Amino acid sequence: MSKSVVEVPPKGGFSFDLCKRNEMLANKGVNPPSFRKTGTTIVGLIFQDGVILGADTRATEGPIVCDKNCEKIHYMAPNIYCCGAGTAADTEAVTDMVSSQLQLHRYHTGRESRVVTALTLLKRHLFNYQGYVSAALVLGGVDVTGPHLHTIYPHGSTDTLPFATMGSGSLAAMAVFESKYKEGLTRNEGIELVTEAICSGIFNDLGSGSNVDVCVITKGGKEYLRNHLQPNPRTYTSSKGYSFPKKTEVLLTKIIPLKEKVEIIEGGDAMEE
Amino acid sequence: MTKQQANWSPYDNNGGSCVAIAGADYCVIAADTRMSTGYNILTREYSKICKLADKCVMASSGFQADVKALQKQLAARHLIYQHQHNKQMSCPAMAQLLSNTLYYKRFFPYYSFNVLGGLDNEGKGCVFTYDAVGSYEKVGYSSQGYGSTLIMPFLDNQLKSPSPLLLPVQDAVTPLVEAEAVDLVKTVFASASERDIYTGDKLEIVVVNAAGIRREYMELRKD
Repeated sequence: MSKSVVEVPPKGGFSFDLCKRNEMLANKGVNPPSFRKTGTTIVGLIFQDGVILGADTRATEGPIVCDKNCEKIHYMAPNIYCCGAGTAADTEAVTDMVSSQLQLHRYHTGRESRVVTALTLLKRHLFNYQGYVSAALVLGGVDVTGPHLHTIYPHGSTDTLPFATMGSGSLAAMAVFESKYKEGLTRNEGIELVTEAICSGIFNDLGSGSNVDVCVITKGGKEYLRNHLQPNPRTYTSSKGYSFPKKTEVLLTKIIPLKEKVEIIEGGDAMEE
Repeated sequence: MTKQQANWSPYDNNGGSCVAIAGADYCVIAADTRMSTGYNILTREYSKICKLADKCVMASSGFQADVKALQKQLAARHLIYQHQHNKQMSCPAMAQLLSNTLYYKRFFPYYSFNVLGGLDNEGKGCVFTYDAVGSYEKVGYSSQGYGSTLIMPFLDNQLKSPSPLLLPVQDAVTPLVEAEAVDLVKTVFASASERDIYTGDKLEIVVVNAAGIRREYMELRKD
């Protein structure tokens, strides 16, 4: 009697079957392709009327910039937005997923979503994956209980803070916040402080760059200021321009006509019913 | 007992890119001025270009501590040469000296990626490109550093230097005029700064021609 292995469909989560093979390959010098990380500066702060979120717009693949103007402030609910740092695919996927879950929850309850709901859904998911879903988030929004700002770490821990920064540029941005933050900022003061913190990340951290995105959330509604500031225009464009040859050089032309294998008979029998 | 991997490396990479283009009677050598380590910027105003002789300039990217040591070594050897021969070293001579100096440390290399540019004995532009252990080649143009993967294909497309292996021997110099070559260098660095995080801040351009050595600066992206 032959031993048969019953193929059990995976219940979900990650399959770690290839880990041993990957380790063997890495020892031989064959490294896996790098993930696209957003190498980022994301910030959030609470001001007198609500929450302001900010982010830079550079996405990197190792030392190369792969997207000069990507969107890091993700929609969660009409009154809740989330900035994401870490692996771009992870932040996109996890925020999209929780956004859908929140919408279903809104239909179910008939009420506006609360920030703590989004927080719990996110942290439960991330803890479940034990940090392998590499998403570090700054979640902010205004609901019936007031304005809220939270940070969520890839392993699933959360903090509730009046001002927060995440990403590779978080130290540069936090330096600005720690110096200049005070309670009860007005809208314009808040936007200016957020912009200053993101700029600090953009200019001092190599993983962050390009433009500043800002999102202001209040009880009345939200204002998504895409590319609120663009402090990095292209520095030089040649006046004469450059020409590129329209095709690659032809080195050799060899034409082999295809021989017909099938003889085509015109007016053959019509297909039978 | 399992073999323990070293957890301390004597090397670091301070980033940056450098380019050199040889012309009929000039040579353009350029490098950005950003010095970085990891994700941090150490300074925005560090010159990677060093004048080795009257008509010979070197630009190096890589580990700047090793670059500094290499520059000191070459300057000392050049001084001795001047005492012994009563003249400045020519660019091809300096090229050979640099190659020998690098290979001397074959088993603990200078982590320095160099391009040497200048005028040869006849006043024609020449560019020599090196790897970390001294393998070198006379070419019409070259780039080294983090941005070279972005810069080199563009230079190949615009300049297309003939291979030195072709017969009859073709001239390695570009057909460009000095102003055009400087324009090309500015465009190339502006583009590299857009996509490479280690290249930016300021561009230093050095032009070597019969009149002497001229220095020019251009602002690059600071993010």
